Amino acid sequence: MKIAIASGKGGTGKSTVAANLAYTIARSRDVVLVDCDVEEPNLHLFFPAPAVDVPVTTPVPEIDPDRCTLCGECGRFCRFGALAVVKDCVLTFPHLCHSCGGCTLVCPQGAIREVPRTIGRVACSRPLPRLVLVSGILNEGEVQAPAVIRAAKMFAEGHPLILYDASPGIACPVIETLEGSDFCLLVTESTPFGLHDLRLAVEVAETLGIPAGIVINRSDGEDAATVAFAQEHNLPILMTIPFSREIAAVQNRGGLIGRDLPGWEERFMDLFTGVSP
Amino acid sequence: MIRLAVVSGKGGTGKTMVAAALADVSNVPQILADCDVDAANLSLLLAPRRLTTEEFRGLEVARIDLDVCRDCGICADRCRFGAIVRRDDAWAVDPLHCEGCGVCAYVCPMGAISMEPRVCGEIYTSATDLGPLAHARLFPGSGNSGLLVTEVKKRAMALSGGADLLLADGPPGIGCPLIATVSGMDAVLAVTEPGISALHDLERLVTVCRRFGVRISVAINRFDLAEDICKKIEVYCKAEGIRVVGKIPFDPAVVETVREGRPVTRTGSPAAAAIRALRDTLFAELGLS
Repeated sequence: MKIAIASGKGGTGKSTVAANLAYTIARSRDVVLVDCDVEEPNLHLFFPAPAVDVPVTTPVPEIDPDRCTLCGECGRFCRFGALAVVKDCVLTFPHLCHSCGGCTLVCPQGAIREVPRTIGRVACSRPLPRLVLVSGILNEGEVQAPAVIRAAKMFAEGHPLILYDASPGIACPVIETLEGSDFCLLVTESTPFGLHDLRLAVEVAETLGIPAGIVINRSDGEDAATVAFAQEHNLPILMTIPFSREIAAVQNRGGLIGRDLPGWEERFMDLFTGVSP
Repeated sequence: MIRLAVVSGKGGTGKTMVAAALADVSNVPQILADCDVDAANLSLLLAPRRLTTEEFRGLEVARIDLDVCRDCGICADRCRFGAIVRRDDAWAVDPLHCEGCGVCAYVCPMGAISMEPRVCGEIYTSATDLGPLAHARLFPGSGNSGLLVTEVKKRAMALSGGADLLLADGPPGIGCPLIATVSGMDAVLAVTEPGISALHDLERLVTVCRRFGVRISVAINRFDLAEDICKKIEVYCKAEGIRVVGKIPFDPAVVETVREGRPVTRTGSPAAAAIRALRDTLFAELGLS
């Protein structure tokens, strides 16, 4: 089973839920936790352990100046602005390249080949006997987050139980993460921002046909609007985590409330039971 | 004019709350831009009156004319994004995966594939009590969010006649939308919070922002929730030569005013006072009076 943890709004507690859920599950069975928030991966901070790094590369064009006749076909074809033919050479902008391979197809001289370019890495570790952590890490300054997410997910593929921690937002990185998930946990907070963005996240899950449930985090008891929204959309509220300075303090230091505060391991186990068939 | 983006790396540190409050107390002619097009929330605090709405067209999407298609499957072989799929015993384009590169249209021997415009969202300009606002909505599941940010910034610049400040609320992360936000800015205010995740994300954010040559300042939100980690952030900033221009205490008035849809600076709360002080320090740094 594959469970994605997403939110729309940033900072609602996706990683907190993912880390605690993984910790709790790993007490009794094997689980792989995949950090798909590759722009700002944080799960390794909760599970420090030595990791093995594997680079993530994407193919980008390399021009053979001896064959190139400066005809301009590649520059006209590329819709991403990754190639520009100027007076006496072809300029490439590899960070803009989407690796579609189109330039190599259109070049009449066969002057373009693709070479791998490192845009990030996947770090694998085993912080607990029954927990494998796979973190996708996008290099600073790079934009192809989906390629790193795809690589990180590939490392976990085939395992019977996988958790994906998504990035905030509703664009391509989130789609890439949610794809293939059996269930999506949407973590929200009871503010107009939280609700506004929850609505967007629900739309994404619906577009992908993934069943979803809600976790309300940092609740101050004023959850009526979120509860009404959940009922209207037939989404179960699977867990409510109250705001407390104690919980905030544990999390801010990289602790796990499922391990460090009494009663939470059971609650996260209940959450898992509520999600798994 | 000073172009300032409020960013954070980690989501949920209080970017939008700080951006709205800064706009509220800036006391200079300004234009506002919500560059968090994935989850645009600034307008929820500014009661905007919509002036214009435009379609946002991202990169094109492929379309297969099944009357012409001979079912050879070359398009599916060549598509690197898995966007040509088998549906009802025929080839079809999955728009969620289509990046609009045009390779399928190029390789189709029958000329059965065309590239068509795709509407990925809407771009708005609005009037608010604090100045004109450029903002947008990305349709859920659409790509091209970086491109949409660039369009929002263009609209904001077009509205900027006579303004001394362009104040942009940025997206979380350090990827495509963040880079689109920061490029061309004069300064960023990074809003962080005392947590090990937020500090880790701040470090990555600073690395990216440095490449754009923008002036970086830091504000620490909810600083009193973990004063020891707050210290670590200050030590990091000092080592990097970054000024901490404000520290905002945890304050229930923040959530209350968000619920009421107004900037926190309309209250006399501790957070409001801290943001006023932050404004003075930041604006002095930027040479804004």
